[in-house]
Amino acid sequence: MRVKIKRYTTEPEVKEAVLEYEVDVRDATLLELLNEIKTKQDSSLSYASGCRSGVCGSCSVRVNGKEVLACGYKVQEGDLVEPLKNVPLIRDLVVEMDKALAFNQKAKAWQNSIHGTATVTQEDEKRNEVQSDCILCGSCYSACPVYAVNEEFLGPFTLTRVWRYVTDIREEGSASKIDTVQTNGIWDCTLCNECTIVCPQGISSKADVEKLRSKSAMLGYSDPSFGSFGGGFGFDGSPSF
Amino acid sequence: MKTDVLVIGAGGAGLVAALSAHEAGAKVTVITKDYPTRSQTTMAQGGINAAFGNVGEDSVEAHIQNTLKSAHGLANEEAVRLLCESAPEAVTWLDSIGVCFSRTKDAKIAQRTLGGASAPRACYAQDYTGLKILHTLYDRCLECAVSDSEEVPSGHGIEILNERYLLNIITNFSDYDKSYACGATVLNIRTGEVETYESGSVIIATGGYSRVFHKHSTNAVGSTGDGIAAAIRAGARLSDMEFIQFHPTALKNSSILISESARGAGGYLLNSKGERFTNELAPRDEVARAIHEEIEKGEEVFLDIRHLGEAFIDEELPQERKLAKLYENVDPVYELIPVKPVAHYTMGGIEVDKNSRTKVKGLYAAGECANHKVHGANRLGGNSLLELVVFGKQAGENAAAYAKIFDKVITSEQQTVSANNFIRGVKYFTNQIDFYQKREFMGNIFYNNVGISRDDMGLKAVLGAVRQMQKELPFMGPKDKSKVYNTNLVEFIEFGNMVELSEIILVCAISRNESRGAHFRSDIPKQNDTAYKAHTITWKEDSVLCADFME
Repeated sequence: MRVKIKRYTTEPEVKEAVLEYEVDVRDATLLELLNEIKTKQDSSLSYASGCRSGVCGSCSVRVNGKEVLACGYKVQEGDLVEPLKNVPLIRDLVVEMDKALAFNQKAKAWQNSIHGTATVTQEDEKRNEVQSDCILCGSCYSACPVYAVNEEFLGPFTLTRVWRYVTDIREEGSASKIDTVQTNGIWDCTLCNECTIVCPQGISSKADVEKLRSKSAMLGYSDPSFGSFGGGFGFDGSPSF
Repeated sequence: MKTDVLVIGAGGAGLVAALSAHEAGAKVTVITKDYPTRSQTTMAQGGINAAFGNVGEDSVEAHIQNTLKSAHGLANEEAVRLLCESAPEAVTWLDSIGVCFSRTKDAKIAQRTLGGASAPRACYAQDYTGLKILHTLYDRCLECAVSDSEEVPSGHGIEILNERYLLNIITNFSDYDKSYACGATVLNIRTGEVETYESGSVIIATGGYSRVFHKHSTNAVGSTGDGIAAAIRAGARLSDMEFIQFHPTALKNSSILISESARGAGGYLLNSKGERFTNELAPRDEVARAIHEEIEKGEEVFLDIRHLGEAFIDEELPQERKLAKLYENVDPVYELIPVKPVAHYTMGGIEVDKNSRTKVKGLYAAGECANHKVHGANRLGGNSLLELVVFGKQAGENAAAYAKIFDKVITSEQQTVSANNFIRGVKYFTNQIDFYQKREFMGNIFYNNVGISRDDMGLKAVLGAVRQMQKELPFMGPKDKSKVYNTNLVEFIEFGNMVELSEIILVCAISRNESRGAHFRSDIPKQNDTAYKAHTITWKEDSVLCADFME
């Protein structure tokens, strides 16, 4: 089987190339193929991997432009394998996730109130069951087109995680959680649904953003891009209407 | 860089330790060779034990007795009592910080039966228990993070540094020639540079060593025992390293885990003739041996969950269905799943006392890398997630208290120089022998001779091969000489650690001339309490491996 892999190195100087590999595997996952190349053909190929079973989120890459987990994708003849987008590239298929993950912190994606007194019913638990399946593989982050225009966008997995805590019956401060996603958050999303399409866990961040928007509206927040229609100031600072 | 408590490893045990050290007022730095949410903990599916009795009658005493029985006389009853008595509080705490446990109809945490348990005791979150616990712990750590946070005064938060690979624990000596741990040398995988971290105390939470079995293991590729190898090099003692649990049901071709909850829910084990041949809910060592015997007879072994129905499988075992389809091309709703037992959990590890302290002052350990003597010769399903909460907390508190009164001088220059020399030197190894081949070979001979069934001759043959490999290491080495993100280099150092641990596993297994729990000797199939109801302790003196049995 022949596959093409996009390589990138900074040593001794920055170099980029698409290399083709002929590998003797059949009915294999992409991760198995990468392991085969690494151990038998080219030990310098760099990629991340962990559990081999789709729960650690290490091995997300793009195949023919679409984000997949290498361990969950059956590799096909002629596939082009590339690293994730919107994140700094370190080497070959390895990207740096620190900044992307820091958005979870920025958005305060955790439970504020810790009392342990709330009763959680089956119904309560189902409300954020899917959202709490997130493995932080970064596929949605890579597929999101908003980063082309706004590097500070909180991003799909972070907003899903905020929704996961907002909907948690144990969270008493869900209003304050809503506050953190107003800037560079829910209103910057274009609802294009690319994140939903690539999520290996069947999560729809787009749907979560929509739910965060209606919750925000109920709490009196509104889409800032519509703000100027109802009064306020124009671009030059002069009052409109 | 100086911190109060340095935590090495960011799986469940590492993060719980970090949180509790932080709570105790310490400045905490966590280093991990991956990212926290990529740790082995995320793979735990079955559940976490706590005798709530939410689903059927249960008691803490029953939990204690089940754990002791499964441990085959090698557990410390005091430690087991602490573990089981703390369990309800531990799970309640997880629930309070937001872990999305599955629920019963009357709004209690749902529980299911795992092997060796007398009641449905394992609290779970579908088959994503470890994933949901780990991610919730990670979210909590972010709240306590150092940077960009107004609530936490600077210098008192938790700092997590990703893609830092442990090289060695830094030890200094005090007046009476007693060593104390005060930091670690680390390879920054991203830059290829050696970094030195100084700290008042060090907690090792680096996980187990099941990857010694290479492809015959359910574990993530990172379970290479780095922290355990570093601990014995730093002067700590290891115990019971020969006890390695084989999970009865991994997918036959890929060694991917099919959770015990599949059997807990009523799944059958069948041979090629379609006959059941064992009690599916016996402890793991017994079930694994029964499957092994069938395979030795030439049978194939299958897990049958078809009768549980599609709705149940999709609700309770969604991962299993997905993975069986992907790796074996079978749909468990309609077809049998081909399985085999593979290495899953390592009971042995860094010897710690009842305060999670190792033999080296200031050095603590928790989680799978540590041996708190609660699992003995065979761990019960659902007790490892529990262990990492209970002992992670203990290690964090104690390491923080110790760091608070730590007033010694830290000298790390010399160990930084030797770490640099090591990284430089390894790249000059001659590369006449391919270590990837050797790694695979070691996995195979371990699976066949140091696996479910062992005997003196086989063990000694493998020991010979491992000692040969130790000599050959300088002829191996990484082919890739670059600095930035050199996984070839990291994998070679991991292999070096595994070779170091392999010798220890074998020496222990050869010394233990009896069968007990996961250590089954086909040449001596009986348990011998007179001679061997003791822990196999190993340590190094001037780099020479020493071993003895101790109470």
